[in-house]
Amino acid sequence: MKYYTTDNLAAAVALKDIPQVEYAALYEDVKERLKDENCHVAHYFARAEQNELKFYLILLDDKTHTVMITSFAMEYYDDIALPSLTALHPQMHPFEREITELYNVEFDSMPWNKPLRFPFNRSNRNSTMDNYPFYSIEGESLHEVNVGPIHAGIIEPGAFRFICNGENVLHLEIALGYQHRGVEHEFAATSNRLRQTLLSESIAGDSAVTHAVAFAMAVEKLIGNKADNNLDIERCVALELERMAMHIADTGALCTDVGYQLGQVACEALRTVTINTTQAWCGNRFGKGLIRPCGTNKPLTTEKIELIRRNVEDVRRRYNEVKEDIESSPSILARFEQCGLVPKAEMLRIGGVGMASRASGVKRDIRSSHPYAAYASSIEHHTIRQHDGDVMARLMVRCNEVLQSADYILKMLENYTPATIAKPDYTTPLQGESLAIAMVEGWRGEVCHVAITNAEGEIATYKVKDPSLHNWMGLALAVRGEGISDFPINNKSFNLSYCGHDL
Amino acid sequence: MIVTALAIPGIINRTRALLAGRKGIPFVQHLRNVRVLLQKGAVYSTTTTALFKIAPTIYLGAAIVATLMIPVADLYPLISFEGDVICFAYTLALARVALILAAMDTGSSFEGMGAAREALYGALIEPALMIGFATLALFCGYTSFADIFEYEQSFDLHLTIVMLLTAFLFVKITFVESGRLPVDDPRTHLELTMIHEVMCLDYSGIDMGMIQIAGWLKTACFSMIAANAVAATGCFHWWFAVPLAILLTGVSVGVVESSQARNKLSRNTTFIVTISALAALIFFIGYLLKLNINI
Repeated sequence: MKYYTTDNLAAAVALKDIPQVEYAALYEDVKERLKDENCHVAHYFARAEQNELKFYLILLDDKTHTVMITSFAMEYYDDIALPSLTALHPQMHPFEREITELYNVEFDSMPWNKPLRFPFNRSNRNSTMDNYPFYSIEGESLHEVNVGPIHAGIIEPGAFRFICNGENVLHLEIALGYQHRGVEHEFAATSNRLRQTLLSESIAGDSAVTHAVAFAMAVEKLIGNKADNNLDIERCVALELERMAMHIADTGALCTDVGYQLGQVACEALRTVTINTTQAWCGNRFGKGLIRPCGTNKPLTTEKIELIRRNVEDVRRRYNEVKEDIESSPSILARFEQCGLVPKAEMLRIGGVGMASRASGVKRDIRSSHPYAAYASSIEHHTIRQHDGDVMARLMVRCNEVLQSADYILKMLENYTPATIAKPDYTTPLQGESLAIAMVEGWRGEVCHVAITNAEGEIATYKVKDPSLHNWMGLALAVRGEGISDFPINNKSFNLSYCGHDL
Repeated sequence: MIVTALAIPGIINRTRALLAGRKGIPFVQHLRNVRVLLQKGAVYSTTTTALFKIAPTIYLGAAIVATLMIPVADLYPLISFEGDVICFAYTLALARVALILAAMDTGSSFEGMGAAREALYGALIEPALMIGFATLALFCGYTSFADIFEYEQSFDLHLTIVMLLTAFLFVKITFVESGRLPVDDPRTHLELTMIHEVMCLDYSGIDMGMIQIAGWLKTACFSMIAANAVAATGCFHWWFAVPLAILLTGVSVGVVESSQARNKLSRNTTFIVTISALAALIFFIGYLLKLNINI
């Protein structure tokens, strides 16, 4: 089997260099490769090229730090059913669902081939949110509880259908797609790169920096311009600040849900300090406007560095106290431990990524497996893992990552000397007929952006993969057999994105 | 009694704000909220029947009747007769049944779950309540609140022990009955975890106001029983019992809610059964002391 092998730092690859193989060969090869836990699929999508439907498959090998790309094609109007990979490796599930939804490609023996996000250009216009085929079980002692899609709080829309036996959840089905805005389509619809940058910042509001960095990296790869060292460091500081803020907020949210007031108010205060630090740097609490391709409008100055260091040190010290408090409160441990278990084997099967997978003992972290920016140069990242896969493990991964992020920020800024950084570049033409992959480890997990340009050097296809795409299944697995009243803390412990999934 | 009922939610909020290091809401905020509610009309879901509409009235009515049976130390209650302790318990049970039926009437899966939980916990806390009353009745030989607490004014070690233990028991029962932590969390916004709150989801305006007032009265009843028990050991006067009732519940609930996480729902049953076990233990101690056995 032929792959084009590259890594997360290399420049874009010309489309003609990507080998094209037969589906049968690819099927056999992927079937074997995905049995290895170091290997997982970063993206798998189809796009129409002339009269063909061309499929791209991007595999990641964590051990060799490589990215492997291959492709296959079929006639656009062919109606041959492809043997489904989902049946063997459930991590292919969302990808195959998307391909079927968009192009009506049939996958043979694929379980659960339901609509994914109801895009406007779906192949079957009769499939709507209202006739989503929910799974149901008949039984005297069973009852269904439907939560959503309109949520009473500020949380985004999603329909959760529980099948319960008394207080216990037998099955949870999560139907998303309500937030679909056509983000991927919008990238290709405009050639204004500033607009595209702003679009990337709004893919998921809680991961504005992460998605913006991924977009900037993809563009830089297509231009062939590598970000300089200082820019890399500033981006990583922003990424780690975002990680700290979100992990602290989630710690607070978990405390709220179990009614632990002290943890809640402490974390709320600390999160405010953290996001206000980002605001002091770039004018926006979520880091919007900070990340731009090939440069920045908000370079760090000596005063800003001093402010960030002081705040981060303070937050680190106070957060550590909260962490110790949580670890030593029996009433909290009783709630979090042994609740919402996702064993490592299951997490691997569904292709879980990010902090949720690390809580189950899966060593999956783009910062160490496919380093980028400052993680490839000044910082050697050590992946933090837990092994229990319960709510407590996910909380502890968060706690430890906050402390680690604070250390990274302090280390990066210690010897940092502000220098002139280039202004953003929105005009340099992109390399035509090429494919660029940019992967960033956001606070939630692996974000993968793929950009494909046409002959004129405009973005023709843009694909985004948010970590939530796979991890929603993790949540559904976590609540099986748990009490329905423990659903909220499980949900918070994953804290997945609706808009990141729905795009 | 009214003062107690009105002051307890305020004290709870102040204690929590103090412990959280916040400025907190004003002491009378809950009164303002209810005033707003009472001025509003009610919106009814089309799936509900008359049962749903009269339930808040029954709930409030029962709570008022129950409140009238409780003496405030040396102030005699308005309603008092032989066996009114039993009547008190079942008046409150009537209130609970009304609300449970109303919740099921809405046909919402959330409210159904809440009703099931409320019914379970109501049934489980009943033994504790009855054994608690039995202890008092056994020790004093009366079955009316007024007589029980007027039984003996002189200092008596045995009486003191039993009364203090009973007071502790009733504070615990207050936690369950008024839906506070660690059993229920009145502040949560998560319907799936609620018990009492979820049953009132479909109520609005004046009905909601009535349910809240009834809730305060219930809390006040139980705290006053506890305060009476403490006051009976020494200073049996209303000016002592009222602040005691307010502080006993207000501060203890506030502290628990600030410093502790809520129980897992399945552990609530254990928690409540433990209260019943405690009640049985106190009953046994009371019985031994009554027989004048030296332990």
